[in-house]
Amino acid sequence: MIIQKIAIPCIAIIIFLSFWETLVWVNGWPKYKMAAPSDLWPAFWEFRDLFFYMGWDTLWRTIVGLLLAVIFGVALGMIMGFSRIMRDALYPLLVGFNAIPKATVVPIVALMFVGAHDFNTVLIAFMISFFPIAVSVSIGLSTLEPEYRDILRSLGASRMIIFWKIALPKTLPEFFGALKVSVTLAFIGTNLMEIVSPHGRGLGALFDSGKTNSDYPLMFAVLIALGFLGIFLYYIVVVSEKIFAGWAERES
Amino acid sequence: MSRHLIEIKSVTHSYVTQTGTLPVLQGLDISVAEGGFAAVIGPSGCGKSTLTRLIAGLMKPNSGEVWLHGEIVTSPRSSVGMAFQNPVLLEWRSILKNVLLPIEIVPKKMTRSEAEDRARHLLSLVGLAGFEDKRPSELSGGMRQRASLCRALIHQPEVLILDEPFGALDAFTREDLWQIMHRLREEEPFTGVLITHDLRESIFLADEVFVLSGRPAHTQYRLKVPLSKPRQIEQLYRPDVIEILATLRHQIEIAQGRATGRSESMVT
Ligand SMILES: Nc1ncnc2c1ncn2[C@@H]1O[C@H](COP(=O)(O)OP(=O)(O)OP(=O)(O)O)[C@@H](O)[C@H]1O
Ligand SMILES: [Mg+2]
Repeated sequence: MIIQKIAIPCIAIIIFLSFWETLVWVNGWPKYKMAAPSDLWPAFWEFRDLFFYMGWDTLWRTIVGLLLAVIFGVALGMIMGFSRIMRDALYPLLVGFNAIPKATVVPIVALMFVGAHDFNTVLIAFMISFFPIAVSVSIGLSTLEPEYRDILRSLGASRMIIFWKIALPKTLPEFFGALKVSVTLAFIGTNLMEIVSPHGRGLGALFDSGKTNSDYPLMFAVLIALGFLGIFLYYIVVVSEKIFAGWAERES
Repeated sequence: MSRHLIEIKSVTHSYVTQTGTLPVLQGLDISVAEGGFAAVIGPSGCGKSTLTRLIAGLMKPNSGEVWLHGEIVTSPRSSVGMAFQNPVLLEWRSILKNVLLPIEIVPKKMTRSEAEDRARHLLSLVGLAGFEDKRPSELSGGMRQRASLCRALIHQPEVLILDEPFGALDAFTREDLWQIMHRLREEEPFTGVLITHDLRESIFLADEVFVLSGRPAHTQYRLKVPLSKPRQIEQLYRPDVIEILATLRHQIEIAQGRATGRSESMVT
């Protein structure tokens, strides 16, 4: 069972890589057009120190941005979930804010807080990723069936107790669904900042230096590294979902 | 005579909606003796669930009074247990933990281990022994409803309010649960109010049946059930009982406005 769970994705990746390799080989594409998987490992190995160093920068700034998004998103979701007035007031603002492409916000943020690279990057990761969390929590709370509330309210339970015992756990599956989207978004946010406003830190900056030096295998290697980090972050969310909301899973 | 534990005195209530006020209850009177069991029937949408929410103290009536144990109800109180048509069990808790939920809210009458023993006892009374550690999704609809009955009773409430708890079940499961209700009543000293759409259910379970009129509802008809205990399903096929069912049926038709006739109340 467990072997199957690990083996099948691994085989899928190997098949994908060999398909890619053959494609490049059959078409005879030069490196600047499309690097083959076999070119990537040397590129990675040459800059392995940088990969770990920059990868760590990207990783921790994404995680901090995501944590802020979780705290702020849950708080906002609670406010909107419990109060109709707040929901009506905040929803259009939120949708409008979310509709602004974050690539346009990056230079503004970079100008507002010149030199505060960590802060800027975390801020963009946060701004891009809190929306799904806020929406899912608010929908989860506002669609709570009245009977669920009544079984505790009829015993004289306070709003806080109802929230902790019923509303919060009942919203967890939706919350984790949103978190899976948010984790990828936060990651995109971090890299956006690192590429658009380069300051020599993070995988985005490494990508940028590959571009300036026309080191195409390096650029592809960065893409692959980003993919790996993304998978890593995503599966952290999947594991915590199993731990905290595993009950919502239906065996089929 | 025995004193009344629940007394609803000329209660009037309306909802304020976007389209105006909707009067739901109009001078409703109901009383239930301590240890008694009342069934309330009436047309759909006439205000029966509203009545349960008033008794539970989840809302206050616009006028009139709801008395519980000699006190006017103004807010929820832990001496009430409730079960609904939807069993509303919490998916992330085992059956045992679901039953124990009220204990975590109400002021402690018993220790955790006493409560657990009591929960296991209640679960075995309703035929759920051995299912304590299962998740609600692993149980059938009837079993879930039985678990929700145990949850409603775990904190030894004085008053048990049931809002069509058997409405979604098939006929045989329902009759099964009727028997279980009687078994619970023998063991637990609660006073019950049952909302139902099923005339046979109202007669089988209750000591007294109240028929509400159409909206805005008042008590149109009341009937003391002349069945001896312990009750048997066979009693429902007796000619005199069938006649009572026909009377109730007729009263419901009057309440729905489909039939005309005197709506005489039996004097109590
Ligand atoms: N929160 C509310 N706000 C406004 N109107 C309501 C509200 N709750 C119920 N009503 C209205 O009040 C009337 C009575 O509702 P109630 O739920 O008490 O009826 P009921 O007798 O329980 O019906 P049923 O037998 O179908 O369960 C209905 O017409 C309903 O539309
Ligand atoms: Mg109802």
